[in-house]
Amino acid sequence: MKKQKSLLILISFIFIALLSLSPAMAQNIKIGFNIPLTGDIPKVGEESKFAGEMLLAEINGQGGLDVGGTKYKLEFIYEDNESKAESAVTAALKLIERDQVLAIVGPNSSKQAVPAGQVCNDNRTPMISPWSTNPDTTKDRPWVFRAAFLDPFQGPVAADFAIKTFKAEKAAVLYALANDYSKNLAEIFQADFNSKKGDGAVVAFESYGDKDQDFSAQLTKIISSNPDFIFLPNNYNEVALIVKQAHDLGWKGPFMGADAWGNSELMTLCGDDCKGHYFSTHYAAAGAKGATKEFIDKYNKLYGYQPADVAALTWDAINVVLAGIQNAGKITGDLRKDRKNIREGIAAIEEVKGITGNMKFDAEGDPIKCAVVVKINDAGEFEFTESVCP
Amino acid sequence: MLDSIFQNLFNALQWGSFYSLIALGYTLVYGVLRLINFAHGDIFMVGAYIAFFLAMFFLQGDGGLSGPVILAMVIPLTMILTSVCGVALERIAYRPLRRKGANRLYVVITALMCGLILENGNLAFLGASRKSFPELIDKVVYNIGSISMTNLKIGVILSSILVYFVLNAIISKTRIGMAMRGISYDKFAIPLMGIPIDTIIMVTFILGSSLAGLAGILFAMSYPVLDPFMGALIGWKAFIAAVVGGIGDIKGAFVGGFLLGIVEILAMAIFPSTFRDLIAFSILMIILVIKPTGLFGIAKSTKI
Repeated sequence: MKKQKSLLILISFIFIALLSLSPAMAQNIKIGFNIPLTGDIPKVGEESKFAGEMLLAEINGQGGLDVGGTKYKLEFIYEDNESKAESAVTAALKLIERDQVLAIVGPNSSKQAVPAGQVCNDNRTPMISPWSTNPDTTKDRPWVFRAAFLDPFQGPVAADFAIKTFKAEKAAVLYALANDYSKNLAEIFQADFNSKKGDGAVVAFESYGDKDQDFSAQLTKIISSNPDFIFLPNNYNEVALIVKQAHDLGWKGPFMGADAWGNSELMTLCGDDCKGHYFSTHYAAAGAKGATKEFIDKYNKLYGYQPADVAALTWDAINVVLAGIQNAGKITGDLRKDRKNIREGIAAIEEVKGITGNMKFDAEGDPIKCAVVVKINDAGEFEFTESVCP
Repeated sequence: MLDSIFQNLFNALQWGSFYSLIALGYTLVYGVLRLINFAHGDIFMVGAYIAFFLAMFFLQGDGGLSGPVILAMVIPLTMILTSVCGVALERIAYRPLRRKGANRLYVVITALMCGLILENGNLAFLGASRKSFPELIDKVVYNIGSISMTNLKIGVILSSILVYFVLNAIISKTRIGMAMRGISYDKFAIPLMGIPIDTIIMVTFILGSSLAGLAGILFAMSYPVLDPFMGALIGWKAFIAAVVGGIGDIKGAFVGGFLLGIVEILAMAIFPSTFRDLIAFSILMIILVIKPTGLFGIAKSTKI
């Protein structure tokens, strides 16, 4: 009996604690972040978080976000998804139910954004993925948006660029089987390249598993099929290993990458081996102008390194959410109504001037924007080479 | 076609060397203690990190040491420090359980937990960002016919073979080796013969962990991107290699490691790479179904 009593007291204490907490937060606008702070690509999460902190300090420094005449303080909640699909789902649910956020920014990779998008859509919470390029993230999901361009656009950009710059007739692809982003982009690229250069122009189409570190067998196969270049739609940590191992096996030709290369850690991991290669991405840090340059300089000053595309896209994604909230016009305090208003607010956005380019949203929740191809120059910077618009 | 087969075989030998070195550690501990030390893959990870910090320490020192000199110092130091880590695990986690006469199952679960503690401890203290291992020796690419090999890959293969022969000599020629075989044969009679069983177990852990440390350095040099979970998967696979070879038998671990490397790489070379693990592990399963004790294992008798 005594045990039961103490349990009862404990439970009532928890209730009181919960009750006393909730009204104190009512004046804030809560936005959740579902980002990979640990796991395979921690730098991506870190840059997203830093971009969030920067914007938070800026807006709260001005007294808060102006919504329909009232200033609201912003509150950002960062939840780690460990770069795993299942953790991204848990993190999304936690943000939706426990933290009761109005909208969620992230996850970044398609591997997590596709399943988390389903959760957010089912729970009627607006979500915007800064970095995910896989079409499935937003497809048939009215509550899900993104700030990046899509793989069906990015794949052909890479193919066209390689055909023009390397005079490529034959291509090889090495992709990560367990990664939605990598697999999807590899398939789009293969289809596009084959349609432009005839069937069989992609002479090798190889994959590897989660956590693999040795790629010698795949690369041996690729090199013996004698392609003009190798397309690597992979995360930066794997790129570093693949490029080094390919050079060990005697490969001297060019590599072409995709936006997942664009991380500030790529050069520390890869070093000289990655210099001189190209990848398609969302923005080029070297030689940026205007608002983009302001963002880069400020980030560099605060955190000591150049922000990669994911930081810039997170910045844009948060701004899209904030513009959506302002479009909604008011905060009623009723969570379900507010989330619905914000969703409609984002969908109704005319155009957002982002630091990664201007964005309009189509019916699917995808932005219409340009891609750039950058070259890794001898100083290890990502140098602007070409801009491709839809 | 023939060239690419030789190239693949060479790659497989290099990749199998890592499995071999780690599998030897599993098999040593199992042979003496009948304990599957699931933390072994993470001791390998600790070895790689120790090598990283030592290399950075020597590189930053103002002695102006050249790469090969640093490597010559890093190898023994890493092996010593990694074995300290292995012995510490034995003292803190396994020995108290053994003293209390706990069932072997509990010790295995403890080992699994120790592995998770090492991984997450590393994650908590060093952060999630990856470490890039510095290049200590200049990489030289040799081309024989159309086969490319690097000095590092050749070094990896040679050192794993060398390690096997040294280990074999220790087990079969020295008194300590004899005591290890004795414990494996009958762990109740051996203390009655005046052999200090705890010392022998400690030596076993020193041997196993220093091999993991060596594997850690070589791995970090070959695949210079370190992360806290790098040991988990390769540890599991090396354990499978040890079982296929016949766990408890060092020849089995050595051969099993190379076998797994060759099967994995050839499966990828012949079939689409998507099927690699499916085919590789189906083959290993068939071997075990035909010979459940593994290639060199003997059912329930002396091991090691």
